[in-house]
Order: sequence, then C-alpha cells, then structure tokens
Amino acid sequence: MTRYARWIAGLAGLALAAALPAGNGAKAVEVQHVITPLGLEAWLIQNDRIPVISIEFAFPGGLTTDPEGKEGLTNLVSYLLDEGAGNIESRDFQNLLNDRAIDLYFTPGVDHFYGTMRTTALHAEEAFDLLRLALTAPRFDAEAVERMRAAVLADIRRTVADPSWMARRAFYEVAYPGHPFGRPSRGTAATLGGLTTDDLHDFVARRFTRDGLVIGVAGDIDADTLAIALDTVFGALPETSDFEPIAPPGPPPVGESILVQRDGPQSSMLVVQNGVDREDPDYYAALVMNQILGASALRSRLGRELRERRGLTYGITSWLRETELVDLLMVAGQLSNENVPEALTQTRAVWLEMAQGGVTEDEVSDSVAYLTGSFPLLFTSSEGIAGMLVWAQLEGMGIDFIEDRTARLEAVTADQVSRLAAELLDGDGLTAVVVGNPPDAFQADTVLSAEEMAERELDAGL
Amino acid sequence: MPLCTRASVFSTAAAALIGLQTLASPAHSGVFEPEMFELDNGMQVVVVTNRSAPVVTHMVWYRVGAADETPGVSGIAHFLEHLMFRGTDSLDDGEFSRIVGRNGGQDNAFTSWDMTAYFQNVAVDRLPLVMEMEADRMVNLALDADIVDTERSVIIEERRERIDDNPSSRLSEQMLAALYQNHPYGRPIIGWEHEMAELSLEDAAEFYETWYAPNNAILIVSGDIDAAELRPLAERIYGPIPSRPVPERARPQEPEVAIARRIVLTDPNVQQPSWRRFYLAPSYARGATEHAYALQVLNEIFGAGTTSRLYEALVLDQGIAVGAGSAYSPVYFDETEIGIFVAPNGDVDPEVIEAAVDAEIALLLSEGVEEWEVESAKERLVLAAIYARDSLGGPARTLGRALTAGVGIDVVEEWPERIGAVTADDIMAAAHAVLRPGRSVTGLLLPGDPEAETGQESAQ
Repeated sequence: MTRYARWIAGLAGLALAAALPAGNGAKAVEVQHVITPLGLEAWLIQNDRIPVISIEFAFPGGLTTDPEGKEGLTNLVSYLLDEGAGNIESRDFQNLLNDRAIDLYFTPGVDHFYGTMRTTALHAEEAFDLLRLALTAPRFDAEAVERMRAAVLADIRRTVADPSWMARRAFYEVAYPGHPFGRPSRGTAATLGGLTTDDLHDFVARRFTRDGLVIGVAGDIDADTLAIALDTVFGALPETSDFEPIAPPGPPPVGESILVQRDGPQSSMLVVQNGVDREDPDYYAALVMNQILGASALRSRLGRELRERRGLTYGITSWLRETELVDLLMVAGQLSNENVPEALTQTRAVWLEMAQGGVTEDEVSDSVAYLTGSFPLLFTSSEGIAGMLVWAQLEGMGIDFIEDRTARLEAVTADQVSRLAAELLDGDGLTAVVVGNPPDAFQADTVLSAEEMAERELDAGL
Repeated sequence: MPLCTRASVFSTAAAALIGLQTLASPAHSGVFEPEMFELDNGMQVVVVTNRSAPVVTHMVWYRVGAADETPGVSGIAHFLEHLMFRGTDSLDDGEFSRIVGRNGGQDNAFTSWDMTAYFQNVAVDRLPLVMEMEADRMVNLALDADIVDTERSVIIEERRERIDDNPSSRLSEQMLAALYQNHPYGRPIIGWEHEMAELSLEDAAEFYETWYAPNNAILIVSGDIDAAELRPLAERIYGPIPSRPVPERARPQEPEVAIARRIVLTDPNVQQPSWRRFYLAPSYARGATEHAYALQVLNEIFGAGTTSRLYEALVLDQGIAVGAGSAYSPVYFDETEIGIFVAPNGDVDPEVIEAAVDAEIALLLSEGVEEWEVESAKERLVLAAIYARDSLGGPARTLGRALTAGVGIDVVEEWPERIGAVTADDIMAAAHAVLRPGRSVTGLLLPGDPEAETGQESAQ
C-alpha cells in the first residue's frame, strides 16, 4: 500500500462554514464548504463522536447516456471499479477492502454516476487511496469483466421475474420508444455481450472528470485533512468531460392502458401521469400534494381509500419521479388480480376528488409538518448525511438548504395546492400498466407478454 | 406500514448484526454502553445516548412473536401488529400514524418469530407525545369487526405480495417448514393463508390480552437523551400501567431427525435459478450454545463477502456461480439455522453447484481452518461492528432483538471480547457439530412447469 506522505502535513484548504438549525432548532448542524488547494469543492458535516467517515460523490451523466447498441455500459462499469486497479488485481483489491472493513460501491443513476465509500477513521488513508485507484486506474482484467458480465446477467434474470420491475420497464418502453428512457438501462444479454474492455476504459477516461463533480462528506474528518484527501483522490482526473447530452423525449402518453400478461396470484399496477419540474414555481406545492395524495400508505388519501377502507392492497404509494429530462407522478401497488379494476376506479376517483375539491388547510399543514419535521431524521448516519449533502448540491440548493427547504415548504398554501391539483391531476388521463392476469374489465390498448419481454432481455442474439 | 422481518434470517449482513464495537474509543468498554432500569410494573427500559442530531428512536418491544402463537391461529401476532394502528378508545382508526406524521415523525412496526416491535422516529421534544400514544395502545386497543375484516384482506394481500407471488420466498418458506418439523419456526411469520382467512377479532383480542403487558415489554430509546432525562417520563407515562401474569414462552423443540431433506420448486416465472441449504444451528439461548460465537467466525470465513472460501471457490476459481455466501444469526430464542446461498452462473447444473459446496464443506471438515483466516475474520467482524453505532435506530434494534431473544445485553456489550476469544479448534468443533446432512434441508429454485416435476419434499 502506498501511504500519503502529506497526509498530516497541513496544506490547509479553505473552509467556509454555515451553521444551521436542525429539527426544533435545539442544536446546530454545521455544514462546511471545503475548497481544496486544487480548487475542488465539497460539503462537509464533521462529527467526531463515532470514528467513521462517509463520502458520496456524483459525476454528471448516468444510465441514459449509454450509446445505442451499448446499453448496459454505465451499469457494467459500476460493477467493475472495485475489481482491481493500478497494480492490484481483483482478489487483492477485495482483500484490501474487506480486511479494513471499507465499503466502496458505485451506483449509476439516471442523470449521474454515484460513488460511495464508508471507512473507519482508523483506515481512512488506505480507503482514500483505494478510491483514487478505483477512479483513475481500474484494470478491467478479462477475468473480472467476464465474471461481472455474468453477475449483471443474473441480476437481469432475477428482475425480469419481478412484476413491479416489469411494469416500469413496460411503461418506459411504450412511453419513450427509441429514446434512451425507453431502452433497458442495464442492457440486454445481447448488448451486454457486445461491450468491450475498450468501451470500459473509454467510459472512465471521458466521464470521470472534475467539471460537474459534486462531493459530500460526513463523519470523523476535519476540513483541512479532507481537502488534502480530496486532491489526492480526484486531483489527477481530467478537467472536462466529453459526452453528448441527450435530447429530451416527448411528453408521456395520456390515458393509455398497457397489459403485460403474466401468471400469478397478483397483479402489479403502475399508474403514471405528467409530473412537475424541479425548477417549476409549484414544485414545493407538488411535494405537498404528493404527500396528501399517496406518499404514505398509512397517511394519505390513496392509502385510506384503497388499503384502510377497502383492503384492496397492502402497499400503495405515489411519488414524484424527477429526472433532468422527464418528470412524472407515479403510483404503484400490488394486489390480487380480481381487484385491479376497482383499484383503478378508486385511484381515478381520488384524482378527480382532489382536482375538483382541492385539499384542506389541515391536510396541507399536516403534510408540511411531516416534510419539514422528518427531514432531520435523514441526518442520523454518516452515509445518510453524505448522501443528503450531494442531493442538496445536485438540486442546486445553497449551503443553507435545510432552512431554505423548510421555508419554501412552509410557504405552500392550501389554495396553491388546490390550484395545482386542478391544473395537473387528470384522472381520465392516467396511463395504467398492469402486469398480471386481471379480469376482462381491464381493457388494454397495448397487450404484451411477460414471457416475451423476458426473452427479449435475455436473448443473447446468437 | 407494518411488516414482518425475515431479513434477519436471510441476509448476510445480519450475521454481523449483533456485533458492534468501539475500537477507536478506548474510553468505552462496551459496545453501545446502554443505561438500563426497570419500572415498578416490570417494564424494562434501555437508553442509548447519541447526541448527533436532536432526534430519537422510541421503540416498544413485546416478548412475543409468531412462534408463540397457538397452533391453528398462525399469523395472529402479525395481524395484531396491523390492528394496533387502527384505533384505541381515544384515537380513531389511522389517527396514530397521522399524529406522528403531522409531528414530523415516522412510525412503523415489525413482527418476527420471537418479538413484535413498534417504533417512532421523532424530534426529541415530541418524545412525550409518542410515549403517551404507545402507552395508550398497550392497554386501550379498540377492535372493530368491520376494520378487522378489511385489515384481514390487507394481510392476505401482503402475504401474496411477499411470498405467493415470489418463487424465492416460497422456496424459503417451504425449506423452513421442512427444517423445523416440530418447532414453530417452521411456520411463516405472516401465517398460512387458510388460517389467516379465519383470524377473528376474538383471536386478536385474546392474543393482545395474553401478551401485551408492561412486564412483557421493553422500552428502548436511542438518540438525543439519557436515562436521567427519560426516567421521569417513563415513570409518568408507562409506570401506571398495571402488570399482570404472562405465560412462559415454551415452544416444542426439534427431534433428532437425521434425514437430509430436499425441496425443489419449479416456476415459469423463475429466470435465475438458486441453490440453497439450511442447517439447524444453535442460538445464543438454545441448543449447543457454546458453538454460537465460533459459528459466527466460521460464517465469516466460509461465506461472508467476496473474499470468503465459498465465493473464491465457486465464483472466482471454478466460475460456476455468480454469487455464493452464507448467513447466520444466533439472536433467536430457540435453535435457529445457518444458510448457504448460491446463484449458478448461466445454465450450470445445480448438481454441479451442490457437489462444489459439498466439496468445500468436506475440505473444511477434513483440513480445518488456517490461523490467518481466523485472525482476519475476527478482525473484520470487530471492525465492521463500529458502523453499528453510526445509526439512530440500529443500536435500539440490536438491543431489542437480543432482549426479546431471551439473552442479556452482555451478548451485545461483550461481543467483541467473545468473538476475540474464538480459536481455530472452537471453529472446527462448531463446524462438526452443525454441518451435518441429517440436520439439513437443501432447496432448488428452477425455471419450468410446476406440473412437470415434483415440488414435494422427499427424503434423500
């Protein structure tokens, strides 16, 4: 192992701090803005009570940037960065991580490529050095590439058997044909088989760069030490990235019904309509609206109507799906086949009622209280904090994001949510995807077969 | 929403769940250093201070779970857990979670074989509120016939979602049913569907009145609070609830069967086959308990992560699997199991997988473990344990599981020393005691037509 000669030497980075109240304001969570000697920036919440350090970072560009025919490239890279780097082969690299209990993993998102590392303070030096190697000199040895190709294929095999995955897959495929949003993000057996070592090296060279890099750190490390570590890890990366931004797709379909035939006791239901952009002035009102609508099965209109009153389903949840190019409002639930028509009728009724009748002051104040009050609960582990710091930066928020978010939520009124609901919610315009064997009362415009969809993903094209 | 925890049995991470350590804080001698006291009515109280954020996790654990159900009423422990959210004499249906939500909190509950637990994560200044509500539903649950009917549909949908529509869960359910021939760990936590369909208001009321008493409950609070701050609240809010006699937890134990069992599940929805095996194994509390810590180290060497013997042999050296590992948690009231899980690579025949696993076990039993393997496994376990403190709810869950599994907090607090004391000889004694075919069930998950093959249990 190489060690940092300069680890303790104080090449002090510049640290600006903002003290922010959390929760009831009894205590301050201090977010520090760290600027390294090389000019990298990171947000840090220091906590020396537990000897653990977590770092999360994001590079721009995610799953949708895979070129046509090379679907699955981003995902495969995320499997391989800890499988050997520099002159350390896969087994030795894994041994170094495991023996020091260093967690290192990479996660491709739709818009970003994320990395996360958690280490005990005891092994921080080695951990940062292994991270540097993983990002700058991954080996992509043939043995590891083949092993991870097989692992991804096994993942695809497992998920094509999952009806809720199949529902999302069917929606994106029908909604965005030909667009990256409509293509399989982990690839198919065929595209996965075609990826080469050159593709992998090329990805790393063009995509792991310093522009657009966002970093969040939490735990037992001070700003000066972190600044040096960050320069060591990320300092050698190229300045600018090189990848084609993708064009936005058209709007999602309105009022479509899609059936994916599959045998089993239950159907998986996915209901979708257009959502609200992060930059939209109504964005925070949309967050509140979603709370009232269905964010929690125990405390929402959908939960009350479908679960509490009618016992149609165990879990029903709605969420705002925000990405850079596509914003959706989605609802998912799993229920017995015979209950599908009633569940869809009730979902449309909930939509109609809110669009026409609006929301109450109590519903808004309860939801705002939940969204603001539960926010500090996300700050109770170093991994959670590091993730929040990256999230806030990607959302374009300032270092005062905790207060800012609270203020924006508290400014939302019942009138605003009711107006938004009237404009946005379109019960008849909902697109419904059902994966299962529902009764004929569910009439589909498009009928697919789960078996054929699975075969398509798994056909190696030989 | 209420859920049953099965992850504790199946996830590899659970193997290290109980082990937590503060290596780099020499001032600490224990793991979480909880403060403990007992109320006059017998309610046990545990406090773990963590001042990282002004929030707390408030939990009430009952020493009762699915393994304490009367035969024929399977699922009642979990059903009652759902009904606990549906109203008391003073709170309307669903009001509990709505109040927690509007106070910026999150709430839920979970049921396992040995325990039922309810929790809320809230700002510390809202702690008295959730304590009042939790104390209220310990004694004032209101059961309504219509609500019982609706909620019964919900749990049946939950069973279908978790198990019936998931071939992998169905296989594990059947393997446990075959492994435990006499002990109720062989029954699914959520219940058998035909018995769930008959669960009544009276069943729920009887279970509630039998088991939900302060002297059968443990209050655990972790976060921005200490015992001096919590004690007056606990005495005022939970203290007045009268204690009452609660039955002994006596479950029928397993016979010596000495027959290897095999379960094959074929399902057209399966695309990725799976091979697994469960062996009966001691818990901290029952069976050959002297082997429990050694088995944790053995599990680490044999099947934890990408540097384990199983992964090296099956995935790296032979290339016949894409994943291979084992899982073991001794935090159970009665004898439990250690599991081995393999995902074959492509179309590799499960027989080939089984032969390779058996060869690794044979090698282990004949050649033993190397000293360096033992030392590095112990070091990893203790290091990874530091992370357990890096959480609000983790310490509370770990302590709650231990206390409801019939052991003291010493199994948590002294865990690093006990793991540290394990020797290679201990590991081999444990391996020989546990890895016996006659105490095992092997399971296969295969794609195909269920009619074409027997899905039945058969002696090997």
